[in-house]
Amino acid sequence: MLKKIEAIIREDKVNDVKDALAEIGIVGLNIFEIRGHGRQGGIKLSGRAGTYMVDMLPKIQVNIILSERNLEETIQAICKSAYTGEPGDGLIFVYPVEEVIRIRTRERGQDAVMYPGDIDARKGRGHVKET
Amino acid sequence: MNSGDTAWILVSCALVLMMTPALALFYGGMVRRKNVLSTLTLSYIFMALIGVQWVLYGYSLAFGTDIGGLIGGLNFAGFNGVGALPNEDYSKTIPHSLFAAFQMMFAVITPALITGAFVERVQYKSFLLFSLLWATLVYDPLCHWVWGQGGWLKQMGVLDFAGGTVVHIAAGFSALAFALVIGPRKGFGKAPMEPHNITLTVLGAGLLWVGWFGFNAGSALAANGVAVNALLTTNTSAATAGLVWMLLSWLDGRPSPLGIATGMVVGLAAVTPASGFVTPLAAMVIGAVAAPISYYTMRFRDRRKLDESLDVWACHGMASSWGTLATGLFATVAVNSDGANGLFLGNPKQFGIQALAVVVTIIFSFTVTYVVAKLLDWSIGLRVTPIEEEVGLDISSHGERSYS
Repeated sequence: MLKKIEAIIREDKVNDVKDALAEIGIVGLNIFEIRGHGRQGGIKLSGRAGTYMVDMLPKIQVNIILSERNLEETIQAICKSAYTGEPGDGLIFVYPVEEVIRIRTRERGQDAVMYPGDIDARKGRGHVKET
Repeated sequence: MNSGDTAWILVSCALVLMMTPALALFYGGMVRRKNVLSTLTLSYIFMALIGVQWVLYGYSLAFGTDIGGLIGGLNFAGFNGVGALPNEDYSKTIPHSLFAAFQMMFAVITPALITGAFVERVQYKSFLLFSLLWATLVYDPLCHWVWGQGGWLKQMGVLDFAGGTVVHIAAGFSALAFALVIGPRKGFGKAPMEPHNITLTVLGAGLLWVGWFGFNAGSALAANGVAVNALLTTNTSAATAGLVWMLLSWLDGRPSPLGIATGMVVGLAAVTPASGFVTPLAAMVIGAVAAPISYYTMRFRDRRKLDESLDVWACHGMASSWGTLATGLFATVAVNSDGANGLFLGNPKQFGIQALAVVVTIIFSFTVTYVVAKLLDWSIGLRVTPIEEEVGLDISSHGERSYS
């Protein structure tokens, strides 16, 4: 079973989260630069004279497609590395993924989201084709 | 004829011309990304529009043979008789045509200043028509009153070295009038209208400062001590106002780069009428006082929910009103023997003349602009449609995108 994680995190936490994911062996990911807000509301910026509020804040959305068996460990890694305790730490959404196809090799499903040295390889699961 | 003077005014022409694209960048950075090209064009187009108007009849209305102290005649239309020889009234040591070219650069940038009032919503064709009318009905007469031989304010003895009244007060209060007529941008006060690229604005402010050396020091119309004094007072006022503005914005939060750049321009606008008549130390006072005047005018405008979008009134109108009054306080013949002493050197009459010039300029420019803008609003309309405004003027008015 494949899942998609969409983690909305602070801009300034993106490197911490990337490092934490690399640590546990999550290799494939991409990020979006997005804007939005939740409970945090907005932030105050300096203007020409005095300050003004901006309510659509820059955030980073991290996208990961992974096997369900690695889901919980990944969520824990993101929660730990993206945490500050203040409003604005973000949210993680998890969706089911119907199919994944690696274009180069035509691998499908779990095979298509495995990489040499990744979380599955470290645990001796699955076969990763040498490239 | 003096070749040193001629060389310096040729250079000054180029410096002042550069201020119009600099202003375009200064304004362009402060609007939203969908209106950058539109905002740049509102400034840029004046190099073309006034570049033609000035040669055809603008220069003549401002500097032609006086008619009743109010306007110049058409004897210089088409630059007829404006040639390489010096002119007794305006340019004893440089070609008359060079004086006319230097003055053209002022006529180009002044209406460009006003555009900050109505960016992101003005209809382009109405803007063009307004600008031509404004140059003809406000700038050219006012220029004649203050600088033209026989102009009534000049005869009264008003001191305006480089355009405090003609350029900055006129532009600032015209901007206020136009903003009142056209009304706020869609969503003003509800959605934040974040400047899309402050880098452009800071670059523009820097280039304006450089260009202002031509604007003020060039206004000596000679490569002499008065020119150097004007350069120094210009620099000192900009420096002081930049520092004071930085402190004011720091007290309200953090030292804002947009604020610092704004403060510098405010210092430049304030010292413009005074630059050739006061000492550098007086310029320091002028800059230091100008910054809070403009800063709190901006806060006031913001509280009143008035969308004079890029604060032309606060930055140019108010700062230069102060600068023109301050000329009547600090002016000294020790700096410029062609000038006069101010109130602090025992000549209260000069302060009175300066105050009169400020009031007259405000009333004249505000009223004419208000009437012209209202007439255009009633006839062909001033604004784009709400959907065009939402899409952004880059696409809806000009069919181009700034960032693809």
